[in-house]
Amino acid sequence: MVTQRLERLRVWAEQIEVPVDVRGDGPPLVFLHGAGGPHLQGDEFLDRLAQSYTLYMPHHPGTGESDPNDVYKLDNLWDLVLLYDELLEGLGLGPVPVIGHSYGGMLACELAAHCPGRVSRLVAIAPIGLWREDQPVTTLKWTIAPPQELPALLAHDLQAPAVQRFLGSLTPPPGADTETQVKVQARFVWALASTGKFVWPIPDKGLRKRLHRIRAPTLIIWGEQDALVPVAYGEEFARRIKGARLEVVRGAGHLVQLEQVDRVVPMVLDFLRG
Amino acid sequence: MKVSAFQLMPHRELPDDFEQRYRSVWVDPPWWELSDPERVGEYYNWTLDELLYGAKLGLDGLCTNEHHQNAYGFMPNPNLMGAILAKATRDQGLDVAIVQMGSTLATTQPPHRIAEEYAMLDCISGGRLVAGVPMGTSMDVEICYGVPPLEHRERFREALQLIIRAWTTNEVFAWNGKFWQLPAVDVWPRPVQKPYPPIWLPGAGSRTTWRFAAENDLCYCFLSYFGARAAEPVANAYWEDLQELGKDLNPYRFGYLQLVTVSETDARAEEEYARHIEYFYRKCLHIPTEWFAIPGYQDYESLVYALRRGGLRFEELKELRYKDFVDQEFVISGSPATVRDRLEDVIKRLRVGNLMVLLQIGSMPHELTLKNYELFAREVLPHLRGIWEGRWENHWWPKKLLKQPAAT
Repeated sequence: MVTQRLERLRVWAEQIEVPVDVRGDGPPLVFLHGAGGPHLQGDEFLDRLAQSYTLYMPHHPGTGESDPNDVYKLDNLWDLVLLYDELLEGLGLGPVPVIGHSYGGMLACELAAHCPGRVSRLVAIAPIGLWREDQPVTTLKWTIAPPQELPALLAHDLQAPAVQRFLGSLTPPPGADTETQVKVQARFVWALASTGKFVWPIPDKGLRKRLHRIRAPTLIIWGEQDALVPVAYGEEFARRIKGARLEVVRGAGHLVQLEQVDRVVPMVLDFLRG
Repeated sequence: MKVSAFQLMPHRELPDDFEQRYRSVWVDPPWWELSDPERVGEYYNWTLDELLYGAKLGLDGLCTNEHHQNAYGFMPNPNLMGAILAKATRDQGLDVAIVQMGSTLATTQPPHRIAEEYAMLDCISGGRLVAGVPMGTSMDVEICYGVPPLEHRERFREALQLIIRAWTTNEVFAWNGKFWQLPAVDVWPRPVQKPYPPIWLPGAGSRTTWRFAAENDLCYCFLSYFGARAAEPVANAYWEDLQELGKDLNPYRFGYLQLVTVSETDARAEEEYARHIEYFYRKCLHIPTEWFAIPGYQDYESLVYALRRGGLRFEELKELRYKDFVDQEFVISGSPATVRDRLEDVIKRLRVGNLMVLLQIGSMPHELTLKNYELFAREVLPHLRGIWEGRWENHWWPKKLLKQPAAT
């Protein structure tokens, strides 16, 4: 059983309180979650990392247990990246290894590019943040996907138990009272809104021009069958980040770390050991 | 009571299998498969002729609005329509309000462009403009025009402040906003109406929108196609909020849009209008439900409020028939007597001072639309006029068109 607690840190001239999910024991490791919010990350992946590390997962402003309206206090991606620099400073972290998935993967790259001294090793799992004319990725893909189409966009094998557990957490538990239903739905919608603010309508905010600044050894992980952000983007990231290695995982979609947890966890642990 | 004709300018001849063939009427129905520009030119001209006919018949205002990339209603710039209406009604001596419902604040760059265009309309019409400041739909603002949903309302508020300042300040000023920075603002022309034209805020039932209207003494207009029953919770909450804010309950603070079709008898109305009404709900409102409330389109408070209230799924509309639309009050349709009774009931129930009627609906052809206008104006309108007369003053109407100032 991995220990778990929620810390709250005030940053941004004391104006924003960031909840940070802290689990496990060991050297520090930061995980930046995706657009769906901190509640949709798959506990198995995080807990297994937390067996060797103290894992810090901040809730992006507006998501999870944060104040929904805090997201209005940041104007743009630049503000957001600086907020994360302050947050890690406040946690006494750095240089520290940083992992990010999807939207969080983009943030991890931004952080490593803006503050190269802050990030010791970088793992970007299916990050957004670049643009390819031949395979366009817009925010519409995940923010307004019809509910019945969303699962196939995110996962390769919809019947896999880990995927089923994930999809189950998107909707309120059966028989939940009205307030629980409202809370679960509002939290998911608002996570998409709060993260969408910084990448709307196309998540290409100039990261391409900043990737050359990344000094941290970098591992890029991608699900071969990713239907949301095609694997061609993995090649793009690997090409643009100096010395980066790309691992393409078979039998996985966008939620590669959930779908192939037995392959991704050792891959990440090996890389972090250096 | 003020009653204005509202026109959406829909595609009137979509194929029978439109809703099976395409996933939506908005954003991505292919123009090149569905439309012929010369034929569409006819739609625009019919729309203008129908509105002008309404003005001749004595309707109080003519409403046009802005939408993009769709077959539901495609006037990307309603001010082009408003300009024609302002000029034609002036030439014909028609004392009618030009109600722009209107230019979308969050997407007009820079927004004091609206201050300029509206002032032009007020000058051309000689002070007959109603300045609508619509919030705009998710499809238009977030999808077609790419605004981040969380910035939608912030942009709206900044744009409105800028417009009002641009109309009222007798100095050249610098605007250092969050979304717009302008070194020297001094709009030409300025409106005829002082300090500025009446402002209406059209919305679709977000709590934050009507509260903003209430706090700022704007006329909140609830534009919905689901009739008085769906509007009642919104209207009630709006009046409660006004009361809480210590404002009067002047019915002219509230605008409401209603679909109306009139014929000689109830049976005749069904015969003539049923298919056009069904076309409207099945094709013109063929919109995926999730597009209507893109994450962030509503602020958090409104989102939670809306989730608690639950909502109608647009897919369900396809199952309904004419009889359902009438029974559920989405549409008021029938003989003049039926329409009079039902409309009067709705006006009083919701406390509507500024009524808008949609008289051209979906595929309704030009000739039938004219008939609907004529029967409505001759047989129904005179019976509605007096509803609030003498008891309340309409502060949200061009002053020069208020012929008999009501006692307060």
